[in-house]
Amino acid sequence: MPKIGVLIETENQAIKQINHGLLTAARGQGNEVVAFVLEAVSDKAAHQAAQYGAATLVQVSADSGDVLSSPDLCARALARAAQEYGVDGLAGLATAQGRDIFARLAADLDLPLASDALEVDFAGQTAIKSHFSGKAMATVTLSGRLMLATLRPNAVAPVQDAVQITAAEYTATGIGQARVRRTSIQKSSQEQMDLTEAPVIITGGRPIGSPENYTILKDCARVLNAAVGASRAAVDAGFAPHAMQVGQTGKTVSPNLYIACGVSGAVQHFAGMKTAKIIVGINTDKDAPIFEKCDYGIVGDMFEVIPILTQVLKETQNR
Amino acid sequence: MQVYVIVKHVPDTAANIKLTKDCDYDTGALKFVVSPYDEYAVEEAVQIVEKAGQGEVILVTVGPDKAAATMRNALAMGAHRGILVKTDDKFLDSRTTAAALKAAIDQDGSPDLVLSGKTAVDTEGCQTPYRLAAAFGFPVVNEISALELNQGRAVAQREIGGNDKEILELDLPCVVGASKGLNTPRFPKFPDIMKAKKKPITELALSDLGLDSGGADLVTLEPVPERSGARMMQGSVRASVEELVTILKDEKIL
Repeated sequence: MPKIGVLIETENQAIKQINHGLLTAARGQGNEVVAFVLEAVSDKAAHQAAQYGAATLVQVSADSGDVLSSPDLCARALARAAQEYGVDGLAGLATAQGRDIFARLAADLDLPLASDALEVDFAGQTAIKSHFSGKAMATVTLSGRLMLATLRPNAVAPVQDAVQITAAEYTATGIGQARVRRTSIQKSSQEQMDLTEAPVIITGGRPIGSPENYTILKDCARVLNAAVGASRAAVDAGFAPHAMQVGQTGKTVSPNLYIACGVSGAVQHFAGMKTAKIIVGINTDKDAPIFEKCDYGIVGDMFEVIPILTQVLKETQNR
Repeated sequence: MQVYVIVKHVPDTAANIKLTKDCDYDTGALKFVVSPYDEYAVEEAVQIVEKAGQGEVILVTVGPDKAAATMRNALAMGAHRGILVKTDDKFLDSRTTAAALKAAIDQDGSPDLVLSGKTAVDTEGCQTPYRLAAAFGFPVVNEISALELNQGRAVAQREIGGNDKEILELDLPCVVGASKGLNTPRFPKFPDIMKAKKKPITELALSDLGLDSGGADLVTLEPVPERSGARMMQGSVRASVEELVTILKDEKIL
């Protein structure tokens, strides 16, 4: 059985839930999984990784600098760790961090990389990924000594498969100095779940009319444990920041449930969300293109529909 | 400042892609454009050279003969000239693409900065900026939404999820991949479009660059079926919402 390394994303010494599907994909048909983390994690977090099939948990560092704030150093340290542990494949999440680290790694090692894959098969060295903004799916083979892939968050459903886990540390030496350094992080004033990681997304299009009106979607999002998105038209009109944009020139997302409010259904919007499991459209125009390409539709004004949806969800949760 | 900008010739994002057999698609009636993120890179390069008061913006493209027409659109935005590395391979892997770009730039001059879009919208690889940087031995940052150059250093802003941003520093020369928000690409005016027709585009053949290829091999390319149409909820708003919530609970989505 192949041995597969995964880069696990952490937050405050805990393992983000979004990693569970990644661990499941790496485990495949019984692969041995080595989980790499970039900071010390709690015992509880190690247990969590073991629940999803990780047999080894390795904290990776470098003697020449901080791997968390230097992406190039991180990529080089991870490449060394992968070599040290003799993995046949290495995977991460296609998040802001994962996309960056894995592209650096692939370039440094001059190996092919399947980026933002929807499926990976390490034994067969193949991956399935989107082309032409989600209009086509490509199957690619990756030859080479180490198969590299990033997996679209939520693309693979997590399956528990508990094993015994061993914790270890690995410090890379002789990998040079960092050439890209993070000097600061600007935290947003608004607490917002990362769109690409959210299991549910509720999006407001141009008819939202103002930044303040997103409150009705945020109220609903709290009940749904959802993130709030925006269409390009709403972002270009100045109603929402670009970080909230879903679609061609924004985020590509794959949630379990995507609720599009006042979104017409342009090809470019679908490019960013068509791999969602269920898409619900809410639009005042019964002939809006969104209804031709989604799963469930409600003809109505989001300012009327969404508060009622929030209310009904609260009622059913309380029952 | 010699600023090289990597530009890709891609099908218009609004167009339907008609797949044909053997991992190919019909380009007959298809409109091609500059890959949207590359426009931010071109705009940034033009602004940097304008601000410096001297220097050149050179576009570099790996693509078919027809890509020259697409490059003219980017030249009309204020770039000075172009280099086209010709290949008919529509899915050239990013390793070979980066090697071709490096070879073409080496023949031309010495970059102070290389800009590109963060990803091309056809193959969605998000890798060429990194591979090009590795080939040059330059540091690289990608998905950048703000950039400042100051005394040989670049300070770049990058979105890291949940509306948060990180600030990264690196030395020039470097490779920077552009994201939306970096600037607002200009719409070329008629005189700019006319001027762009006369700007030089040097053409090279990929086969003359002596590169070995190989990497990710495309095995199949299949259309993604659209959903067949929504099941519409009926009755009053309240009734519609209740019906939807019931369905989503039955399907274990909620």
